[in-house]
Amino acid sequence: METMYDVIIVGSGPSGLTAAIYTTRASLKTLVIAGAKWGGQLQLTTDVENFPGFPDGIQGPDLMQAMRKQAERFGAEFIDDNMTATDFTTQTKGPFTVAVGSKTFQGKVILIATGADAKTLGVTGEAALTGKGISYCATCDGAFFRNKNIIVVGGGDSAMEEANFLTLFASSVTLVHRRDEFKASQIMLERAQKNPKIKFLMNSQITEVTGQNHVEAVKIQNTTTKETTEMPIDGVFVAIGHTPNTAIFKGVELKEGGYVNAMHTTHTNIEGIFVSGDVTDNHYQQAITAAGWGCMAALDIEKYLREE
Amino acid sequence: MSDKTFTDADFQQEVLEEKSMPVLVDFWAPWCGPCKIVGPVVEKLAEEFKGKVKVGKLNVDENPQISGQFGIMSIPTLLFFKNGQVVKSTIGAQGEEALRGMFTEVLSA
Repeated sequence: METMYDVIIVGSGPSGLTAAIYTTRASLKTLVIAGAKWGGQLQLTTDVENFPGFPDGIQGPDLMQAMRKQAERFGAEFIDDNMTATDFTTQTKGPFTVAVGSKTFQGKVILIATGADAKTLGVTGEAALTGKGISYCATCDGAFFRNKNIIVVGGGDSAMEEANFLTLFASSVTLVHRRDEFKASQIMLERAQKNPKIKFLMNSQITEVTGQNHVEAVKIQNTTTKETTEMPIDGVFVAIGHTPNTAIFKGVELKEGGYVNAMHTTHTNIEGIFVSGDVTDNHYQQAITAAGWGCMAALDIEKYLREE
Repeated sequence: MSDKTFTDADFQQEVLEEKSMPVLVDFWAPWCGPCKIVGPVVEKLAEEFKGKVKVGKLNVDENPQISGQFGIMSIPTLLFFKNGQVVKSTIGAQGEEALRGMFTEVLSA
């Protein structure tokens, strides 16, 4: 018989780790299935300037390391691998059994805090050239594009941040955006507009990436005139938003955009399965809101287990 | 713990000319978040497969020649070599079970 956990938290970004800090401090036996790439999206960033408590900013990976340490201090157990897809359709309540590779675990409660992963362009040539000039992580791969010409795709804050960051290495950055207006905040947009190395290509989208062993060119279509041009380029950084990671939780009800549907506060359609953070949040998507949501879920879980 | 490192200078001898067993090279850099995730997993498996697979890290900042030669444009990248040839490669952080599977696959091939 496997150990029975009070809570199994799936995911280890700000939401999952905040929840783990709260559940362990409430003396709930907590397992965090942290994923093969633990730490969530902040592992892929550099300076985090808007997380309260760090007046000079903090490096994303350092912040995640600190949160994990804090959760471990109170006894949270971690598995740094992915949970196997599980069908919860017939379950009306806990305990739940989940698997990681060949090991299985039982929990009275599950918290879904799997966050979201970078969206892909979905164009020809993308899969074959990923890691060979196409990247979803500027901070990981930027340094390989020293004195190269690159494209950043997207119109939000993360696209602006990546474009700015990449000018540290690249000789030119072209920001390709399919609309003529931006979702990015004013401060991030202005920073990019003032950067002499960044050019803007509006109303445009990439339709194909080409190259033999690495990216050599892209085909770009003007979304208004439908005209397609070819542009030689050394690298393409994709920053067009995120897709919530819900595929492993079959039977859990989703809402528009594939996010988990939170019924009231942090409960899902299945009793005993809770949700928090970017996997349910189709609007705010900040480290601090994810963390706050994790806290809410932990308090809801505590109350639920007490009343059980 | 394995803390073996390869460099531009010793790569030929340590990796390409290694005939007695497969070699895994972990291309990384200190500024790379996902490299810090995959690093400890690689070290754990290096210990587990000691004497069967030679495992070491290569810092891409300090060794641009080898990184360029193998077209590394994203890290972490893991390359498995057998008799001087790349027989398996993977880009991005991988879980322990997935990586263990690759070790086993390379050994049995």
